[in-house]
Amino acid sequence: MSYALREALAAFRRTPLLTMLSVVAIAFSLFIVGLFGLTAFNISQAVREVENKVEVVGYLRDDATAMQLQVAQEELRRLPEVQELRYVTKTEALATAMEEMKEFRDVFTDLESNPLPASLEVRLRPGQSSPEAVSRVAKRLQAYAFVEEVDFGDGWVEKIYTIRRLFGAAATAIGGAFALVAGIIIATAIRIAVFARREEISIMRLVGATDGFVQRPFVLEGIITGLLGGITAAALTWVAFAALNRYLFALKWLPSEWIVAVVVAGTVFGFLSSIVAVRRHLEAV
Amino acid sequence: MIRLSSVSKEYARSGAALRDVSFHVRKGELVFLTGHSGAGKSTVMRLIQMADMPSGGEVRVSGFSSKLIRQRDIPMLRRKMGVVFQDFRLLRDRTAEENVAFALEVTGTKRSAIAPRAHRVLTQVGLAHKARAYPDELSGGERQRVAIARALVNEPLLLLADEPTGNLDEWAAKGVFELFREINAMGMTVLMATHDLDLVRAHPQYRVIELSQGAVVYDSAPTPATREPQQA
Ligand SMILES: Nc1ncnc2c1ncn2[C@@H]1O[C@H](COP(=O)(O)OP(=O)(O)O)[C@@H](O)[C@H]1O
Ligand SMILES: [Mg+2]
Repeated sequence: MSYALREALAAFRRTPLLTMLSVVAIAFSLFIVGLFGLTAFNISQAVREVENKVEVVGYLRDDATAMQLQVAQEELRRLPEVQELRYVTKTEALATAMEEMKEFRDVFTDLESNPLPASLEVRLRPGQSSPEAVSRVAKRLQAYAFVEEVDFGDGWVEKIYTIRRLFGAAATAIGGAFALVAGIIIATAIRIAVFARREEISIMRLVGATDGFVQRPFVLEGIITGLLGGITAAALTWVAFAALNRYLFALKWLPSEWIVAVVVAGTVFGFLSSIVAVRRHLEAV
Repeated sequence: MIRLSSVSKEYARSGAALRDVSFHVRKGELVFLTGHSGAGKSTVMRLIQMADMPSGGEVRVSGFSSKLIRQRDIPMLRRKMGVVFQDFRLLRDRTAEENVAFALEVTGTKRSAIAPRAHRVLTQVGLAHKARAYPDELSGGERQRVAIARALVNEPLLLLADEPTGNLDEWAAKGVFELFREINAMGMTVLMATHDLDLVRAHPQYRVIELSQGAVVYDSAPTPATREPQQA
């Protein structure tokens, strides 16, 4: 085992409580990030699923002419947001209605004239179904004189996006606060470790050890702490996922790259905090 | 090997520790640096290790200049010198052998070479039989021998000793100095700071530089400044 690794592990043995605190602090800050990730991922999944169904429907006045419709359809098809455009005639609308609402079939059959309007159904391209895109297309439809009324999902797309933004902001704030605490604890752990080994450090310098060599055990300690914190955070996130899944609602588990990212983030965080701390505290030895 | 040129050192709180100090120690010399307590001996030693930088003038050691050296070159300078102190500075949780091996470990010596080299140098200082003892189990003289072994194990060109006999009884002091003479006889340059005038007087064949209040007041064999001007 290398000198640096041996010394880094010895530091864990010397101050186990402090090490545990550092691990827990990192784990908590990344757990918050993990929870946000879980939420964001599941929301995106849900959004993607309904995204393909996002339609803007323009109901037409009965006096719309074939010529007007022809022009409008050509114009709409050229919009970049539009994936598919379908003209639904009055007859088709009635047929669908009768199909979907069997119990009212008699009512529909008895009618003297068909009360359902014809419509233009616009399906948006995936990735073009943001609230802005939806309202752009809706406005465009509304602008035609023969369009009576435009219908689109009642702003639920917007609501989902807002929820996701709120979650993101909360996770950034809470996760950031925890990260700050984690950074302070790591720095303290390193200050104590440097102090405990100050004689050794001064002898190392006396006999010609390089700064990098002197710093390595401490940085390694930070990396191991961060790695443990990251793994713990991933485990906590999984526990939260399993609990939610069982008692509240069905969720999808995160892709493995996200989990790897959490562990890597912990490790990088441990590395950065320790290198900053060790540079500062070694100057004082 | 060592050249100080008009070196001065000022400390913010205590004022001038060295004023206009110049001397040149050549390869293979053994030199006593004497003077009262507070005369500036340890300050000179620290400047030679480049643990501190002069306020004025220049210190040159084995090709390194205090004016030019970069922070990251200092470890390379340190590997060319061994340093011994009055208080030994051994690690108490390591055996004699481990203390010596430590100097090799932290300077990147190949693992397989560490134990034999540590053992060889402990034999050289006459302590092979105490290799497994901890510092607390050794006498003052023995501890200083371990410290000397540690200073020698990286095969330096220069040995700096700051009051190495200050904590030793007369007999142990004599033994340690005999060891320095042997090391010097093998070609190593030795600079020893001491206020033990008896020891200095007992060995008139060696050069003496005396400091008083931060200035050189006596040099028994000054090296002409004009010789080897570029080779410090
Ligand atoms: N780190 C320091 N800070 C301030 N003053 C110092 C420091 N080191 C030494 N001095 C001062 O420099 C002078 C010389 O000290 P030193 O070199 O230790 O003398 P010696 O080793 O000959 O006893 C003393 O007056 C001492 O107080
Ligand atoms: Mg002194």
